[in-house]
Amino acid sequence: MSGAPSAYAIDHLKIAPRRFYGRWLTAALILALMGLVINAFAHGQIEWKIVAQFMTAKVIMHGLVNTILMTIYAMAVGIVLGVVFAVMVMSPNPVVRGVAAFYIWFFRGTPLLLQMLLWFNLALVFPVLGIPGWFEARTVDVITPFVASLLGLGIGQGAYTAEVVRGGILSVDHGQTEAAKAIGMTRLTALRRIVLPQAMRVIIPPVGNEVISMIKLTSVASVIQFSEILHNAQTIYFANARVIELLIVATVWYLVVVTVFSIGQYFLEKAFSRQNAGGKS
Amino acid sequence: MSTPMIVAHEVQKYYGQFHALKGVSLDVAAGDVCCIVGPSGSGKSTFLRCINQLEAVDGGAIWIGDQLLGYRRRGELLVPLSDSEIARQRLWSGMVFQRFNLFGHMTALQNVMEGPVAVQKRRRAEVREEAMALLARVGLAGRADAYPTELSGGQQQRVAIARALAMRPKLMLFDEPTSALDPELVGEVLAVMKDLARSGMTMIVVTHELGFAREVSNRVVFMDGGQVLESGTPGQILSRPQHPRTQEFIAAILA
Repeated sequence: MSGAPSAYAIDHLKIAPRRFYGRWLTAALILALMGLVINAFAHGQIEWKIVAQFMTAKVIMHGLVNTILMTIYAMAVGIVLGVVFAVMVMSPNPVVRGVAAFYIWFFRGTPLLLQMLLWFNLALVFPVLGIPGWFEARTVDVITPFVASLLGLGIGQGAYTAEVVRGGILSVDHGQTEAAKAIGMTRLTALRRIVLPQAMRVIIPPVGNEVISMIKLTSVASVIQFSEILHNAQTIYFANARVIELLIVATVWYLVVVTVFSIGQYFLEKAFSRQNAGGKS
Repeated sequence: MSTPMIVAHEVQKYYGQFHALKGVSLDVAAGDVCCIVGPSGSGKSTFLRCINQLEAVDGGAIWIGDQLLGYRRRGELLVPLSDSEIARQRLWSGMVFQRFNLFGHMTALQNVMEGPVAVQKRRRAEVREEAMALLARVGLAGRADAYPTELSGGQQQRVAIARALAMRPKLMLFDEPTSALDPELVGEVLAVMKDLARSGMTMIVVTHELGFAREVSNRVVFMDGGQVLESGTPGQILSRPQHPRTQEFIAAILA
Protein backbone atom coordinates (compact mmCIF):
# COMPACT_ATOMS: atom_id res chain seq x y z
CA MET A 1 0.00 0.00 0.00
CA SER A 2 2.72 2.45 0.95
CA GLY A 3 5.42 3.71 -1.45
CA ALA A 4 8.29 2.56 0.81
CA PRO A 5 10.05 -0.68 -0.28
CA SER A 6 8.72 -3.61 1.70
CA ALA A 7 11.14 -5.77 3.69
CA TYR A 8 9.35 -8.78 2.08
CA ALA A 9 10.23 -7.84 -1.52
CA ILE A 10 13.30 -9.75 -2.73
CA ASP A 11 13.13 -9.23 -6.51
CA HIS A 12 16.23 -6.97 -6.48
CA LEU A 13 18.45 -9.76 -5.06
CA LYS A 14 20.54 -12.04 -7.33
CA ILE A 15 20.27 -15.84 -7.27
CA ALA A 16 23.71 -17.45 -6.90
CA PRO A 17 24.39 -20.27 -9.40
CA ARG A 18 24.02 -23.70 -7.87
CA ARG A 19 27.33 -25.62 -7.60
CA PHE A 20 27.38 -29.29 -8.68
CA TYR A 21 30.48 -30.59 -6.89
CA GLY A 22 29.15 -34.18 -6.97
CA ARG A 23 28.83 -34.20 -10.75
CA TRP A 24 32.38 -33.01 -11.31
CA LEU A 25 33.74 -35.52 -8.84
CA THR A 26 31.91 -38.54 -10.36
CA ALA A 27 32.80 -37.43 -13.90
CA ALA A 28 36.48 -37.28 -12.97
CA LEU A 29 36.31 -40.67 -11.30
CA ILE A 30 34.58 -42.30 -14.27
CA LEU A 31 37.04 -40.75 -16.75
CA ALA A 32 39.95 -42.15 -14.75
CA LEU A 33 38.38 -45.63 -14.66
CA MET A 34 37.61 -45.50 -18.41
CA GLY A 35 41.20 -44.51 -19.08
CA LEU A 36 42.39 -47.57 -17.19
CA VAL A 37 40.03 -49.89 -19.09
CA ILE A 38 40.92 -48.42 -22.50
CA ASN A 39 44.59 -48.61 -21.69
CA ALA A 40 44.19 -52.26 -20.65
CA PHE A 41 42.43 -53.16 -23.91
CA ALA A 42 44.90 -51.20 -26.02
CA HIS A 43 47.83 -53.09 -24.49
CA GLY A 44 46.01 -56.41 -24.10
CA GLN A 45 46.33 -59.38 -26.43
CA ILE A 46 43.84 -58.07 -28.98
CA GLU A 47 44.77 -57.54 -32.61
CA TRP A 48 42.52 -54.58 -33.45
CA LYS A 49 43.55 -54.81 -37.07
CA ILE A 50 41.94 -58.24 -37.23
CA VAL A 51 38.76 -56.90 -35.65
CA ALA A 52 38.60 -54.24 -38.35
CA GLN A 53 39.44 -56.72 -41.07
CA PHE A 54 36.62 -59.12 -40.14
CA MET A 55 34.06 -56.46 -39.33
CA THR A 56 32.76 -56.51 -42.89
CA ALA A 57 33.93 -59.98 -43.93
CA LYS A 58 31.55 -61.78 -46.26
CA VAL A 59 30.78 -64.58 -43.79
CA ILE A 60 30.05 -62.07 -41.03
CA MET A 61 27.76 -60.04 -43.32
CA HIS A 62 25.96 -63.23 -44.28
CA GLY A 63 25.50 -64.06 -40.61
CA LEU A 64 24.26 -60.55 -39.88
CA VAL A 65 21.58 -60.82 -42.58
CA ASN A 66 20.52 -64.21 -41.22
CA THR A 67 20.28 -62.82 -37.69
CA ILE A 68 18.05 -59.96 -38.84
CA LEU A 69 15.88 -62.17 -41.04
CA MET A 70 15.46 -64.79 -38.31
CA THR A 71 14.47 -62.05 -35.85
CA ILE A 72 11.79 -60.79 -38.23
CA TYR A 73 10.45 -64.24 -39.18
CA ALA A 74 10.44 -65.54 -35.60
CA MET A 75 8.65 -62.42 -34.33
CA ALA A 76 6.10 -62.70 -37.16
CA VAL A 77 5.37 -66.31 -36.21
CA GLY A 78 5.34 -65.33 -32.53
CA ILE A 79 2.88 -62.46 -32.99
CA VAL A 80 0.47 -64.47 -35.14
CA LEU A 81 0.53 -67.39 -32.68
CA GLY A 82 0.34 -64.96 -29.75
CA VAL A 83 -2.84 -63.31 -31.03
CA VAL A 84 -4.44 -66.65 -31.94
CA PHE A 85 -3.68 -68.25 -28.59
CA ALA A 86 -4.63 -65.14 -26.60
CA VAL A 87 -8.04 -65.20 -28.28
CA MET A 88 -8.27 -68.96 -27.70
CA VAL A 89 -7.37 -68.71 -24.03
CA MET A 90 -10.25 -66.22 -23.57
CA SER A 91 -12.73 -68.34 -25.50
CA PRO A 92 -15.93 -69.57 -23.82
CA ASN A 93 -15.21 -73.01 -25.35
CA PRO A 94 -13.44 -75.03 -22.62
CA VAL A 95 -11.65 -77.34 -25.12
CA VAL A 96 -10.19 -74.42 -27.06
CA ARG A 97 -9.27 -72.73 -23.79
CA GLY A 98 -7.58 -75.89 -22.54
CA VAL A 99 -5.49 -76.31 -25.70
CA ALA A 100 -4.29 -72.71 -25.49
CA ALA A 101 -3.50 -72.98 -21.79
CA PHE A 102 -1.49 -76.16 -22.46
CA TYR A 103 0.47 -74.46 -25.25
CA ILE A 104 1.37 -71.50 -23.06
CA TRP A 105 2.22 -73.74 -20.11
CA PHE A 106 4.44 -76.07 -22.16
CA PHE A 107 6.40 -73.52 -24.18
CA ARG A 108 6.91 -71.12 -21.28
CA GLY A 109 7.86 -74.01 -19.05
CA THR A 110 10.76 -75.44 -21.04
CA PRO A 111 14.07 -73.80 -22.02
CA LEU A 112 14.36 -72.42 -25.53
CA LEU A 113 17.61 -74.31 -26.13
CA LEU A 114 15.89 -77.57 -25.27
CA GLN A 115 12.96 -76.81 -27.60
CA MET A 116 15.35 -76.09 -30.45
CA LEU A 117 17.25 -79.32 -29.87
CA LEU A 118 13.95 -81.21 -29.88
CA TRP A 119 12.87 -79.66 -33.19
CA PHE A 120 16.30 -80.21 -34.71
CA ASN A 121 16.30 -83.87 -33.72
CA LEU A 122 12.73 -84.52 -34.81
CA ALA A 123 14.04 -86.96 -37.43
CA LEU A 124 14.98 -89.35 -34.62
CA VAL A 125 11.28 -89.70 -33.76
CA PHE A 126 9.65 -89.28 -37.16
CA PRO A 127 12.01 -90.15 -40.04
CA VAL A 128 9.30 -89.18 -42.55
CA LEU A 129 6.85 -86.26 -42.36
CA GLY A 130 3.58 -85.71 -44.23
CA ILE A 131 0.27 -87.39 -44.94
CA PRO A 132 0.86 -90.95 -46.30
CA GLY A 133 0.01 -91.28 -49.99
CA TRP A 134 -0.50 -87.56 -50.43
CA PHE A 135 2.64 -85.76 -49.50
CA GLU A 136 5.74 -87.16 -47.85
CA ALA A 137 9.26 -85.91 -47.22
CA ARG A 138 12.27 -87.03 -45.24
CA THR A 139 12.37 -85.16 -41.96
CA VAL A 140 16.06 -84.30 -42.30
CA ASP A 141 15.24 -82.48 -45.56
CA VAL A 142 12.38 -80.52 -44.01
CA ILE A 143 13.81 -79.67 -40.60
CA THR A 144 16.88 -77.71 -41.64
CA PRO A 145 18.72 -75.60 -39.05
CA PHE A 146 16.71 -72.64 -40.35
CA VAL A 147 13.34 -74.37 -39.90
CA ALA A 148 14.25 -75.81 -36.50
CA SER A 149 15.40 -72.37 -35.32
CA LEU A 150 12.28 -70.68 -36.66
CA LEU A 151 10.03 -73.25 -34.96
CA GLY A 152 11.90 -73.03 -31.67
CA LEU A 153 12.08 -69.23 -31.56
CA GLY A 154 8.65 -68.50 -33.12
CA ILE A 155 6.57 -71.00 -31.19
CA GLY A 156 8.30 -70.14 -27.92
CA GLN A 157 7.77 -66.44 -28.59
CA GLY A 158 4.08 -67.08 -29.32
CA ALA A 159 3.58 -68.34 -25.77
CA TYR A 160 4.97 -65.10 -24.34
CA THR A 161 3.21 -62.83 -26.81
CA ALA A 162 -0.09 -64.58 -26.04
CA GLU A 163 0.17 -63.32 -22.47
CA VAL A 164 1.01 -59.79 -23.67
CA VAL A 165 -1.95 -59.78 -26.07
CA ARG A 166 -4.26 -61.15 -23.37
CA GLY A 167 -3.18 -58.33 -21.07
CA GLY A 168 -3.87 -55.85 -23.89
CA ILE A 169 -7.35 -57.24 -24.50
CA LEU A 170 -8.15 -57.08 -20.78
CA SER A 171 -7.00 -53.45 -20.69
CA VAL A 172 -9.83 -52.39 -23.02
CA ASP A 173 -12.94 -51.30 -21.11
CA HIS A 174 -15.68 -53.95 -21.15
CA GLY A 175 -18.17 -51.28 -22.23
CA GLN A 176 -16.53 -51.33 -25.68
CA THR A 177 -17.50 -54.98 -26.14
CA GLU A 178 -21.03 -54.30 -24.89
CA ALA A 179 -21.45 -51.38 -27.28
CA ALA A 180 -20.17 -53.57 -30.13
CA LYS A 181 -22.64 -56.33 -29.22
CA ALA A 182 -25.44 -53.76 -28.99
CA ILE A 183 -24.95 -52.90 -32.68
CA GLY A 184 -25.20 -56.58 -33.54
CA MET A 185 -21.58 -57.75 -33.60
CA THR A 186 -20.69 -61.28 -32.61
CA ARG A 187 -18.02 -61.81 -29.96
CA LEU A 188 -15.26 -62.43 -32.50
CA THR A 189 -16.19 -59.49 -34.75
CA ALA A 190 -16.20 -57.21 -31.70
CA LEU A 191 -12.78 -58.55 -30.72
CA ARG A 192 -11.32 -58.03 -34.20
CA ARG A 193 -12.81 -54.65 -35.07
CA ILE A 194 -13.24 -52.93 -31.71
CA VAL A 195 -11.14 -54.49 -28.94
CA LEU A 196 -7.88 -55.55 -30.61
CA PRO A 197 -7.23 -52.22 -32.39
CA GLN A 198 -7.56 -50.45 -29.04
CA ALA A 199 -5.46 -53.08 -27.27
CA MET A 200 -2.53 -52.29 -29.61
CA ARG A 201 -1.54 -49.27 -27.55
CA VAL A 202 -0.88 -51.60 -24.62
CA ILE A 203 0.55 -54.45 -26.71
CA ILE A 204 3.09 -52.53 -28.83
CA PRO A 205 5.62 -51.45 -26.14
CA PRO A 206 6.25 -54.92 -24.63
CA VAL A 207 6.31 -56.55 -28.07
CA GLY A 208 8.90 -53.95 -29.11
CA ASN A 209 10.98 -55.05 -26.14
CA GLU A 210 10.60 -58.66 -27.20
CA VAL A 211 11.89 -57.84 -30.68
CA ILE A 212 15.04 -56.51 -29.00
CA SER A 213 15.32 -59.70 -26.94
CA MET A 214 14.73 -61.81 -30.05
CA ILE A 215 17.70 -60.23 -31.87
CA LYS A 216 19.96 -61.58 -29.14
CA LEU A 217 18.02 -64.80 -28.63
CA THR A 218 18.69 -65.86 -32.24
CA SER A 219 22.28 -66.51 -31.11
CA VAL A 220 21.01 -69.65 -29.36
CA ALA A 221 20.35 -71.06 -32.85
CA SER A 222 24.13 -71.24 -33.34
CA VAL A 223 23.96 -74.45 -31.30
CA ILE A 224 21.96 -76.20 -34.02
CA GLN A 225 24.21 -74.94 -36.84
CA PHE A 226 22.02 -72.07 -38.03
CA SER A 227 24.50 -69.67 -39.63
CA GLU A 228 23.59 -66.48 -37.81
CA ILE A 229 26.29 -64.00 -36.85
CA LEU A 230 27.61 -65.66 -33.67
CA HIS A 231 27.76 -69.06 -35.36
CA ASN A 232 29.70 -67.59 -38.28
CA ALA A 233 32.08 -65.74 -35.97
CA GLN A 234 32.74 -69.02 -34.19
CA THR A 235 33.33 -70.82 -37.49
CA ILE A 236 36.02 -68.26 -38.32
CA TYR A 237 37.78 -68.42 -34.97
CA PHE A 238 37.80 -72.22 -35.02
CA ALA A 239 39.96 -71.79 -38.13
CA ASN A 240 42.15 -68.81 -37.19
CA ALA A 241 42.06 -68.96 -33.36
CA ARG A 242 41.29 -65.19 -33.09
CA VAL A 243 38.57 -65.85 -30.52
CA ILE A 244 38.29 -62.47 -28.78
CA GLU A 245 38.67 -60.48 -31.98
CA LEU A 246 35.73 -62.26 -33.62
CA LEU A 247 33.60 -62.11 -30.49
CA ILE A 248 34.19 -58.35 -30.48
CA VAL A 249 33.05 -58.21 -34.12
CA ALA A 250 29.83 -60.01 -33.17
CA THR A 251 29.34 -57.76 -30.12
CA VAL A 252 29.63 -54.62 -32.21
CA TRP A 253 27.11 -55.88 -34.77
CA TYR A 254 24.58 -56.91 -32.12
CA LEU A 255 24.84 -53.43 -30.59
CA VAL A 256 24.36 -51.82 -34.00
CA VAL A 257 21.27 -53.90 -34.83
CA VAL A 258 19.74 -53.43 -31.37
CA THR A 259 20.30 -49.67 -31.60
CA VAL A 260 18.64 -49.45 -35.01
CA PHE A 261 15.65 -51.53 -33.86
CA SER A 262 15.35 -49.44 -30.66
CA ILE A 263 15.06 -46.29 -32.74
CA GLY A 264 12.40 -47.99 -34.85
CA GLN A 265 10.54 -49.02 -31.70
CA TYR A 266 10.56 -45.43 -30.46
CA PHE A 267 8.92 -44.15 -33.64
CA LEU A 268 6.42 -47.02 -33.77
CA GLU A 269 5.29 -46.32 -30.21
CA LYS A 270 4.99 -42.63 -30.96
CA ALA A 271 2.94 -43.32 -34.09
CA PHE A 272 0.60 -45.65 -32.21
CA SER A 273 0.02 -43.33 -29.30
CA ARG A 274 -0.83 -40.59 -31.79
CA GLN A 275 -3.16 -42.78 -33.84
CA ASN A 276 -4.95 -43.73 -30.66
CA ALA A 277 -5.25 -40.18 -29.42
CA GLY A 278 -8.91 -40.99 -28.87
CA GLY A 279 -8.17 -44.40 -27.41
CA LYS A 280 -9.65 -43.81 -24.00
CA SER A 281 -13.27 -44.89 -23.78
CA MET B 1 -54.72 -51.42 -27.04
CA SER B 2 -52.58 -52.60 -29.96
CA THR B 3 -50.61 -55.83 -29.79
CA PRO B 4 -47.54 -55.28 -27.65
CA MET B 5 -44.12 -55.06 -29.26
CA ILE B 6 -42.23 -56.30 -26.22
CA VAL B 7 -43.59 -58.60 -23.59
CA ALA B 8 -41.53 -59.44 -20.51
CA HIS B 9 -43.10 -62.24 -18.52
CA GLU B 10 -42.03 -62.91 -14.93
CA VAL B 11 -38.35 -62.26 -15.65
CA GLN B 12 -35.96 -63.61 -13.02
CA LYS B 13 -32.26 -62.79 -12.70
CA TYR B 14 -29.70 -63.89 -10.15
CA TYR B 15 -26.10 -62.73 -9.61
CA GLY B 16 -24.83 -65.61 -7.53
CA GLN B 17 -26.95 -65.46 -4.37
CA PHE B 18 -28.31 -62.00 -5.13
CA HIS B 19 -31.84 -62.06 -6.56
CA ALA B 20 -31.69 -59.05 -8.90
CA LEU B 21 -35.01 -59.45 -10.72
CA LYS B 22 -37.92 -61.11 -8.91
CA GLY B 23 -40.44 -61.72 -11.65
CA VAL B 24 -40.61 -58.53 -13.68
CA SER B 25 -43.48 -58.33 -16.15
CA LEU B 26 -43.98 -55.49 -18.56
CA ASP B 27 -45.39 -54.95 -22.01
CA VAL B 28 -44.62 -52.08 -24.31
CA ALA B 29 -46.55 -51.27 -27.48
CA ALA B 30 -45.08 -49.82 -30.66
CA GLY B 31 -44.72 -46.06 -30.27
CA ASP B 32 -44.71 -46.20 -26.47
CA VAL B 33 -42.19 -44.20 -24.52
CA CYS B 34 -41.78 -46.07 -21.26
CA CYS B 35 -39.69 -44.64 -18.45
CA ILE B 36 -38.44 -46.92 -15.70
CA VAL B 37 -37.64 -45.09 -12.49
CA GLY B 38 -36.52 -46.28 -9.10
CA PRO B 39 -33.65 -46.17 -6.61
CA SER B 40 -30.24 -47.50 -7.61
CA GLY B 41 -29.94 -51.23 -7.17
CA SER B 42 -33.64 -51.67 -7.92
CA GLY B 43 -32.87 -53.82 -10.99
CA LYS B 44 -34.02 -51.36 -13.64
CA SER B 45 -30.71 -51.35 -15.54
CA THR B 46 -30.43 -55.12 -15.24
CA PHE B 47 -33.91 -55.46 -16.73
CA LEU B 48 -32.96 -53.22 -19.65
CA ARG B 49 -29.79 -55.25 -20.25
CA CYS B 50 -31.89 -58.42 -20.29
CA ILE B 51 -34.01 -56.96 -23.11
CA ASN B 52 -30.81 -56.49 -25.12
CA GLN B 53 -29.44 -59.88 -24.00
CA LEU B 54 -26.33 -58.36 -22.49
CA GLU B 55 -27.53 -60.37 -19.50
CA ALA B 56 -29.07 -63.82 -19.79
CA VAL B 57 -32.46 -64.33 -18.16
CA ASP B 58 -32.57 -66.99 -15.42
CA GLY B 59 -36.32 -67.46 -15.45
CA GLY B 60 -39.40 -66.18 -17.26
CA ALA B 61 -39.16 -64.91 -20.82
CA ILE B 62 -38.89 -61.82 -22.97
CA TRP B 63 -40.59 -61.65 -26.36
CA ILE B 64 -40.03 -59.11 -29.09
CA GLY B 65 -42.90 -59.37 -31.54
CA ASP B 66 -43.41 -63.13 -31.87
CA GLN B 67 -39.72 -63.91 -31.27
CA LEU B 68 -38.60 -65.41 -28.00
CA LEU B 69 -35.27 -63.90 -26.95
CA GLY B 70 -32.33 -66.26 -26.53
CA TYR B 71 -34.08 -69.53 -27.41
CA ARG B 72 -35.72 -71.41 -30.24
CA ARG B 73 -38.67 -73.60 -29.38
CA ARG B 74 -38.54 -77.15 -30.68
CA GLY B 75 -41.63 -79.02 -29.45
CA GLU B 76 -41.36 -78.99 -25.68
CA LEU B 77 -37.65 -78.10 -25.82
CA LEU B 78 -36.04 -74.69 -25.68
CA VAL B 79 -32.82 -74.66 -27.70
CA PRO B 80 -30.38 -71.85 -26.78
CA LEU B 81 -29.49 -69.62 -29.72
CA SER B 82 -25.91 -69.31 -30.97
CA ASP B 83 -23.76 -66.22 -30.57
CA SER B 84 -24.54 -65.07 -34.11
CA GLU B 85 -28.29 -65.72 -33.77
CA ILE B 86 -28.34 -63.62 -30.60
CA ALA B 87 -26.39 -60.92 -32.45
CA ARG B 88 -29.13 -60.95 -35.10
CA GLN B 89 -31.89 -60.62 -32.47
CA ARG B 90 -30.09 -57.60 -31.05
CA LEU B 91 -30.67 -55.76 -34.34
CA TRP B 92 -34.24 -55.18 -33.14
CA SER B 93 -33.04 -52.74 -30.57
CA GLY B 94 -30.48 -49.98 -30.23
CA MET B 95 -28.87 -49.31 -26.88
CA VAL B 96 -27.49 -46.14 -25.33
CA PHE B 97 -25.25 -46.59 -22.30
CA GLN B 98 -24.70 -44.49 -19.23
CA ARG B 99 -20.98 -44.20 -20.01
CA PHE B 100 -21.48 -43.62 -23.80
CA ASN B 101 -19.00 -46.39 -24.78
CA LEU B 102 -18.07 -44.77 -28.08
CA PHE B 103 -15.38 -46.73 -29.91
CA GLY B 104 -12.24 -44.87 -28.87
CA HIS B 105 -10.18 -45.54 -31.99
CA MET B 106 -12.81 -44.15 -34.34
CA THR B 107 -14.10 -40.68 -35.19
CA ALA B 108 -17.72 -39.75 -34.55
CA LEU B 109 -18.58 -40.52 -38.17
CA GLN B 110 -16.77 -43.88 -38.09
CA ASN B 111 -18.61 -44.77 -34.88
CA VAL B 112 -21.95 -44.17 -36.57
CA MET B 113 -20.92 -46.02 -39.76
CA GLU B 114 -19.39 -49.05 -38.04
CA GLY B 115 -22.60 -51.04 -37.49
CA PRO B 116 -24.15 -50.61 -40.93
CA VAL B 117 -20.81 -51.31 -42.67
CA ALA B 118 -19.37 -54.10 -40.52
CA VAL B 119 -22.58 -55.84 -39.43
CA GLN B 120 -25.21 -55.09 -42.07
CA LYS B 121 -22.62 -55.03 -44.91
CA ARG B 122 -24.28 -52.04 -46.52
CA ARG B 123 -22.53 -49.92 -49.12
CA ARG B 124 -20.07 -47.49 -47.56
CA ALA B 125 -21.04 -44.46 -49.67
CA GLU B 126 -24.74 -44.83 -48.89
CA VAL B 127 -24.00 -45.42 -45.19
CA ARG B 128 -21.79 -42.35 -45.01
CA GLU B 129 -24.57 -40.15 -46.34
CA GLU B 130 -27.05 -41.56 -43.86
CA ALA B 131 -24.54 -41.27 -40.99
CA MET B 132 -23.91 -37.61 -41.80
CA ALA B 133 -27.68 -37.02 -41.78
CA LEU B 134 -27.91 -38.72 -38.38
CA LEU B 135 -25.08 -36.61 -36.98
CA ALA B 136 -26.87 -33.54 -38.27
CA ARG B 137 -30.05 -34.74 -36.58
CA VAL B 138 -28.27 -34.89 -33.21
CA GLY B 139 -26.69 -31.49 -33.93
CA LEU B 140 -23.12 -32.69 -34.54
CA ALA B 141 -22.64 -32.43 -38.29
CA GLY B 142 -19.61 -30.21 -37.64
CA ARG B 143 -17.87 -32.72 -35.36
CA ALA B 144 -17.94 -35.75 -37.69
CA ASP B 145 -14.16 -36.09 -37.70
CA ALA B 146 -13.66 -35.62 -33.96
CA TYR B 147 -12.48 -38.51 -31.80
CA PRO B 148 -14.47 -39.29 -28.63
CA THR B 149 -11.86 -37.73 -26.32
CA GLU B 150 -12.22 -34.48 -28.24
CA LEU B 151 -15.97 -34.35 -27.52
CA SER B 152 -17.83 -33.32 -24.37
CA GLY B 153 -19.90 -35.92 -22.52
CA GLY B 154 -23.12 -34.56 -24.00
CA GLN B 155 -21.68 -34.65 -27.51
CA GLN B 156 -20.41 -38.19 -27.00
CA GLN B 157 -23.83 -39.33 -25.85
CA ARG B 158 -25.48 -37.73 -28.88
CA VAL B 159 -23.04 -39.55 -31.17
CA ALA B 160 -23.90 -42.75 -29.28
CA ILE B 161 -27.59 -42.15 -30.01
CA ALA B 162 -26.79 -41.61 -33.70
CA ARG B 163 -24.71 -44.80 -33.70
CA ALA B 164 -27.65 -46.78 -32.34
CA LEU B 165 -30.11 -45.20 -34.79
CA ALA B 166 -27.84 -46.02 -37.75
CA MET B 167 -28.85 -49.68 -37.36
CA ARG B 168 -32.49 -48.67 -37.96
CA PRO B 169 -33.76 -50.32 -34.78
CA LYS B 170 -37.46 -50.75 -34.00
CA LEU B 171 -36.83 -50.04 -30.35
CA MET B 172 -34.40 -47.81 -28.46
CA LEU B 173 -33.13 -48.67 -25.00
CA PHE B 174 -31.61 -45.92 -22.84
CA ASP B 175 -29.69 -46.92 -19.72
CA GLU B 176 -29.46 -43.78 -17.55
CA PRO B 177 -28.26 -41.76 -20.55
CA THR B 178 -27.73 -38.53 -18.61
CA SER B 179 -26.42 -39.83 -15.28
CA ALA B 180 -22.74 -39.48 -16.20
CA LEU B 181 -23.13 -35.95 -17.59
CA ASP B 182 -22.30 -32.58 -16.09
CA PRO B 183 -25.62 -30.85 -15.24
CA GLU B 184 -25.33 -28.24 -17.99
CA LEU B 185 -24.98 -31.00 -20.65
CA VAL B 186 -28.09 -32.98 -19.67
CA GLY B 187 -30.46 -30.73 -21.61
CA GLU B 188 -28.88 -31.28 -25.04
CA VAL B 189 -29.16 -35.07 -24.71
CA LEU B 190 -32.74 -34.93 -23.44
CA ALA B 191 -33.63 -32.65 -26.36
CA VAL B 192 -32.40 -35.28 -28.84
CA MET B 193 -34.38 -37.95 -27.00
CA LYS B 194 -37.54 -35.83 -27.01
CA ASP B 195 -37.17 -35.30 -30.73
CA LEU B 196 -36.78 -39.05 -31.17
CA ALA B 197 -39.89 -39.76 -29.07
CA ARG B 198 -41.92 -37.28 -31.12
CA SER B 199 -40.87 -39.05 -34.31
CA GLY B 200 -42.71 -42.12 -33.03
CA MET B 201 -39.77 -44.27 -31.92
CA THR B 202 -40.57 -46.93 -29.33
CA MET B 203 -38.37 -46.22 -26.32
CA ILE B 204 -37.62 -47.72 -22.94
CA VAL B 205 -35.72 -45.24 -20.80
CA VAL B 206 -34.16 -45.95 -17.42
CA THR B 207 -33.77 -42.50 -15.91
CA HIS B 208 -33.78 -40.25 -12.88
CA GLU B 209 -35.03 -37.31 -14.95
CA LEU B 210 -38.62 -37.10 -13.70
CA GLY B 211 -39.22 -33.95 -15.76
CA PHE B 212 -38.38 -35.86 -18.92
CA ALA B 213 -40.62 -38.74 -17.83
CA ARG B 214 -43.52 -36.42 -17.18
CA GLU B 215 -43.17 -34.51 -20.44
CA VAL B 216 -42.29 -37.22 -22.94
CA SER B 217 -43.36 -40.65 -21.74
CA ASN B 218 -46.80 -42.20 -21.84
CA ARG B 219 -45.86 -44.94 -19.35
CA VAL B 220 -43.92 -44.75 -16.12
CA VAL B 221 -42.84 -47.87 -14.26
CA PHE B 222 -41.53 -47.72 -10.70
CA MET B 223 -39.14 -50.50 -9.71
CA ASP B 224 -37.67 -51.32 -6.33
CA GLY B 225 -35.93 -54.41 -4.95
CA GLY B 226 -36.08 -56.24 -8.30
CA GLN B 227 -39.84 -55.83 -8.71
CA VAL B 228 -42.27 -53.54 -10.49
CA LEU B 229 -44.16 -51.89 -7.65
CA GLU B 230 -46.36 -49.60 -9.70
CA SER B 231 -46.92 -48.58 -13.29
CA GLY B 232 -49.23 -46.21 -15.10
CA THR B 233 -49.39 -42.85 -16.82
CA PRO B 234 -46.84 -40.20 -15.77
CA GLY B 235 -49.63 -38.36 -13.95
CA GLN B 236 -50.60 -41.44 -11.93
CA ILE B 237 -47.07 -42.41 -10.90
CA LEU B 238 -45.37 -39.04 -10.55
CA SER B 239 -48.22 -36.92 -9.16
CA ARG B 240 -50.46 -39.40 -7.37
CA PRO B 241 -48.29 -42.41 -6.47
CA GLN B 242 -50.20 -45.11 -4.56
CA HIS B 243 -47.44 -47.34 -3.22
CA PRO B 244 -45.65 -45.95 -0.12
CA ARG B 245 -42.19 -46.74 -1.62
CA THR B 246 -43.07 -44.76 -4.74
CA GLN B 247 -44.32 -41.85 -2.64
CA GLU B 248 -41.09 -41.87 -0.64
CA PHE B 249 -38.92 -42.02 -3.77
CA ILE B 250 -40.73 -39.24 -5.62
CA ALA B 251 -40.71 -37.04 -2.54
CA ALA B 252 -36.96 -37.61 -2.03
CA ILE B 253 -36.14 -36.69 -5.63
CA LEU B 254 -38.33 -33.59 -5.69
CA ALA B 255 -37.03 -32.39 -2.29
